[in-house]
Amino acid sequence: MLSAAESTALAISLKVALLSIVVALPFALALGLALSRLRFPGKSVLEALLNLPLVLPPVVTGYALLIVFGRNGVIGAWLSTLGIQFAFHWSGAVVAAVIMSFPLLVISIRAGFDGVDRRLEAAAESLGAGPWRRFFSITLPLSRRSVLAGCVLAFARAFGEFGATISFVGSIPGETRTLSIAIWELLNQPGGEAGLGRLVWVALLVGIAASLFAALLGRRSQANGAAHD
Amino acid sequence: MIELDIRWKTRDFDLQVAFESRARHVALFGPSGSGKTSVLLAIAGLRRPDAGRICLADELLYDSARGIQIAPARRGLGVVFQDGRLFPHLRVRDNLLYGQRSNPGAHAAIGFDTAVGLLGLTDLLARWPATLSGGEARRVAIGRALLSQPRALLLDEPLVGLHREAREQVLHYLRRLRDEIGLPTLLVSHQPDEVHALAQEVVLLDDGRVAAQQPIGEFRG
Repeated sequence: MLSAAESTALAISLKVALLSIVVALPFALALGLALSRLRFPGKSVLEALLNLPLVLPPVVTGYALLIVFGRNGVIGAWLSTLGIQFAFHWSGAVVAAVIMSFPLLVISIRAGFDGVDRRLEAAAESLGAGPWRRFFSITLPLSRRSVLAGCVLAFARAFGEFGATISFVGSIPGETRTLSIAIWELLNQPGGEAGLGRLVWVALLVGIAASLFAALLGRRSQANGAAHD
Repeated sequence: MIELDIRWKTRDFDLQVAFESRARHVALFGPSGSGKTSVLLAIAGLRRPDAGRICLADELLYDSARGIQIAPARRGLGVVFQDGRLFPHLRVRDNLLYGQRSNPGAHAAIGFDTAVGLLGLTDLLARWPATLSGGEARRVAIGRALLSQPRALLLDEPLVGLHREAREQVLHYLRRLRDEIGLPTLLVSHQPDEVHALAQEVVLLDDGRVAAQQPIGEFRG
């Protein structure tokens, strides 16, 4: 079984990954909808910016977060006057996870919205549905498969995040030491092989569970699709 | 019942349609590509003309000169689309109720049971749209439009693509609807027999212009 420190690391990783999705999802839905439905100046710039965390080395992203949200950072200094501090705090790991998984979430959600037949939204509009109701009763249900797939991808990405997290919030046991960081610590520690083996198994199990969940989602919506289409 | 004067120009199509009719059941008749569906979509608010004015059942829906453009959701028109457009993720019952839920406070002039009975939908309520035949899906689409308690019905080629038997059946239900509920109707069609069966007055369109306007007795489509 896992030691106390090991299960704490697992708990931190789960907490950070799940919370990052809860935080990111409303923004990702709004941005996905804007990218799918609207044309506005600067759209390609926004898309390029959005994908930045995918193409940058994660350590660089973490360093950028430190510059922006660190105690003396542009936004961090202002936040600390409000008593909010992200750097070297577990909530900072959530910020890092949100930034790192956000592109995956938005790409998936946007593809889902792109796939919704606009004529159905027009039909809903002619039946008196305003924009909110159209979104929640037509657009979102018809793209739920992509939204859920995006969430699973984002969860996996956030759960495994290492580079941005360690540069931004470090490796504080019980605070910011996530499963990935704990594995890295054990790698550098003589005699850490037993713990290392256990944590790697845990990481594998979570990854396999996420993959299975995604596959099951795909199968269920395929079955539903067969009944619908 | 309807006053319409709209202009709409794109690279490959030039539409200038103006007509006025007092009849309760009007048909727009013309070959495909004559602009019938564009006119219907403009009335529904789903396609915006370049300029003009649309007044339907004593309500001004669009007037470019005065900057009036009522949102489609607020026009209170029941649109039956050529392609049905039933919501695939909702059962027939929930499709039918979709429009009703948009204005829950509204006085229901047409009750759910009445509409279901009139259109013969009782046995279909629990079905998914994907399992319906063409004629059944069309009837559900008509019922859904009707239950949004519209001031008028806009029917865009309601029988197109149906085989003969289904066509007869849907036509029968549409006639019944006209006789028993009598909502103002604008029918878009390129089939003379539909026009004869459902309309009192016909506006003939050709290549984006009104070619003629006739009472149904003079119409020889």
